[in-house]
Amino acid sequence: MRPAPVFRALAAPLAALAATGFCALAVGENPFGVFAAMVSGALGGAEPLAFTLYYATDFIFTGLAVAVAYRAGLFNIGVEGQSLVAGAGLAMAVLAGGTLPAYAPLVAGVLAAGVFGAAWAAIPGWLQARRGSHVVITTIMFNFVASALLSWLLVDPLRAPGSMQPETRAFAPGARLWKLDDALSALGSPTTGTPLNASFLLALAAAAAVHIYVFRTRAGFEAGVQAANPSAAACAGVDATRVVVRAMALSGLLASGVAVNELLGAQNRLILDFPAGAGYVGIAVALMAGSRPMMVPLAALLFGFLAQGGAELGLDYPRISPQIVVAAQGFAVLVAGAALGSRRLA
Amino acid sequence: MSAVSGAPALELVGVSKRYGGVAANRDISLSVARGEIHAIVGENGAGKSTLMSILGGLVRADSGAILIDGREARINSPRDAAALGVGMTRQHFQLVDTMSALDNILLGDEGGALLARGRARLRAKLSGIADETGLAIDLDARAGDLPLGARQRVEILKALARGARVLIFDEPTAVLTPDEASGLFRLMKSLAGKGASILFITHKLGEALGVADRVSVLRAGERVATFDAKGLSAETLAEAMVGQRPPPRAEKPSSAPGEILVEARGMRLRGADGRALLDDVSLSLRAGEIVGVAGVAGNGQSELLEVLAGLRRPNSGTLRVAGLDIDFTRFTPAAARALGVAHIPEDRLKQGVVAGFRADHNAMLGRQREARFGGRWLNPAAITRHCADLMARWDVRPASPGLAISSFSGGNQQKLVFAREIETDPRVLLVGQPTRGVDISAIDAIHRRLTALRGAGKAILLVSAELDEILALSDRALVMRGGRIVGERAPGAANARRDIGLMMAGAAEAAA
Repeated sequence: MRPAPVFRALAAPLAALAATGFCALAVGENPFGVFAAMVSGALGGAEPLAFTLYYATDFIFTGLAVAVAYRAGLFNIGVEGQSLVAGAGLAMAVLAGGTLPAYAPLVAGVLAAGVFGAAWAAIPGWLQARRGSHVVITTIMFNFVASALLSWLLVDPLRAPGSMQPETRAFAPGARLWKLDDALSALGSPTTGTPLNASFLLALAAAAAVHIYVFRTRAGFEAGVQAANPSAAACAGVDATRVVVRAMALSGLLASGVAVNELLGAQNRLILDFPAGAGYVGIAVALMAGSRPMMVPLAALLFGFLAQGGAELGLDYPRISPQIVVAAQGFAVLVAGAALGSRRLA
Repeated sequence: MSAVSGAPALELVGVSKRYGGVAANRDISLSVARGEIHAIVGENGAGKSTLMSILGGLVRADSGAILIDGREARINSPRDAAALGVGMTRQHFQLVDTMSALDNILLGDEGGALLARGRARLRAKLSGIADETGLAIDLDARAGDLPLGARQRVEILKALARGARVLIFDEPTAVLTPDEASGLFRLMKSLAGKGASILFITHKLGEALGVADRVSVLRAGERVATFDAKGLSAETLAEAMVGQRPPPRAEKPSSAPGEILVEARGMRLRGADGRALLDDVSLSLRAGEIVGVAGVAGNGQSELLEVLAGLRRPNSGTLRVAGLDIDFTRFTPAAARALGVAHIPEDRLKQGVVAGFRADHNAMLGRQREARFGGRWLNPAAITRHCADLMARWDVRPASPGLAISSFSGGNQQKLVFAREIETDPRVLLVGQPTRGVDISAIDAIHRRLTALRGAGKAILLVSAELDEILALSDRALVMRGGRIVGERAPGAANARRDIGLMMAGAAEAAA
């Protein structure tokens, strides 16, 4: 029996809700009170909503990064590390360009993030295509390497002079992305106090661009052939190395969006572990979206809701661990996967 | 039809099965007596496989009944089929290569958590079966090390060890040498002599006539006739199968072969395990000729095609295409195509098409870099138009470019692959198993196209498992065995068929 499309679309959020409810019941709390706290914490008002969208921004980028690799038959679980390396590149470019006029450091930072993220992802791609080492293994290991690299950079070469914190000095005022609050204060409206910034729009544009890449370009077509049937791809003259390296580079390029959102939009400096697991959430987001680029923002929104709602939950319900969100995410992915599976069988 | 005493071992009554709008089996009734060998023949798509799947418990019939020894049987799973004494030997063997023959037979019927007792009991049972039927194999050999004929005997033993009294053979000779096939037929007769009932699916009329007691013909999902095999002629059978006299063999006007377009010398290719896949292969291919490559599957024909198409790099040897010396390090499929070498791969579903993709995307496959499809930014309208055009010219049905290629029949898929590969007017055509899994009308269309292409001066290398196809189309037939070209015959020569069969089996290598 083929589930109705409406059911498929709602199944994952409902599963997340049900999982949260059961966990609340298990520790003796009223599930409906918990739901209400999550909804008001994530959607009730300008500030919660802006935070939800700010988290969703990261998840759109990482979800797209995983999806674009998966569309080429590659399982990139190194998005976390690719974001980190992109952040290192971004910080170096911004700090080096600190004395340049106005927007130059900003543009240089975004470009450097893309180049570093893409390069860091392309290496495992090249290793798989040419040396046969599987990207699942190499990208995981590259996460550890990236994390160690960032630690070294921040305790030694990039650390702000005189500071005891493992972070760089603040970026120049020109190297900051336009924020929602900037617009609100210019209008004289009350500000939200959130870091929601132009990266969100960039993320939506990225989703559209990936959609076009997958369905409307020759490169996307060749990647799809390679993923669906490598033998047929070989017969059709598709260059497997090129497909794999390109897909991984694109994936890393998208991962760099996390660095842009976090560093140029929120932190204004390079800090340790700024993706905070967004790279792994991206796997769940892509899975839930069935690797369809236009579905990624919707799935990311759900995960943004869970992240923000779960964080707020801890304030109202100290007995409930914020880890409840992880359980909810897990159920959402399970159900999304099952709905996808039943679609394939139908 | 001979009188049968008692209830038949197996009887089908009005069995029907539809897939969507297509009736795969329509009201099929037939019976197999104890000790009878009953052949079922029919062209591809006639409904043979569906019928077998129903009997094997893989698919449920929409209506109708199956009676075993006169009692109605419900077969909902392969396990039910085995419990009812119905054993099946599939076209593709279901063996675990790394396990011994004995363990393969044990698998699924271990008789407890510890294997020692089950193994001992099975050994005793198998030696009993061997005494009775003469069917013996080396039980301790790894299944993967056994020759194909012996692997098939493992499958048969597996069915017998589970007490099968009705044995179903689905295209059992597809991968066997003629020698192994005649061994199988002797075994079938001996099993039937011991009271087993055998249902034997084949599309080779000669086999049906040679082994069976009775022959049923399926056409378009229906049983159209059942004959006593004694005194039955191949012509009558073929007529029942296709519904008319078989079309005359492709007319082959004589043509004077032109310049040499492909010349391979001393090509060697070793597999990952060091085995020689191609062993000193030399051949030349001229414009305006079809050179057939005959051989039992797995004797180097596939590798030969792959090397010539740029998919595999040989370890040594030289190749000239259209007068140019080939540098194998740069000889990719795209480079081969650019030199005017088109390749119709042997395994259509694995190499020729992407099953889940739309027909128009498949019709672009391999040409996606050409400007007419929009270049870097694909032009969906142009892609669909191109496919619709090919479909019209090759009579592909349904003419729906947006439909997934997997929704087309094998014949229509293959027509689209042919259309795609030859539309750019290549000079050399590498053709692998052009009519495998293709219905008879598409076979005819493809054969006529190949002959026309030969007339147009193309150089065609035809690899086929169907000896008839090679004999009908080729100007010269090469025979491959163990990675070597062991002989050449002109198809028109006296005894060509017998000679080629012997060379395929390795019997006449010295004489070749």
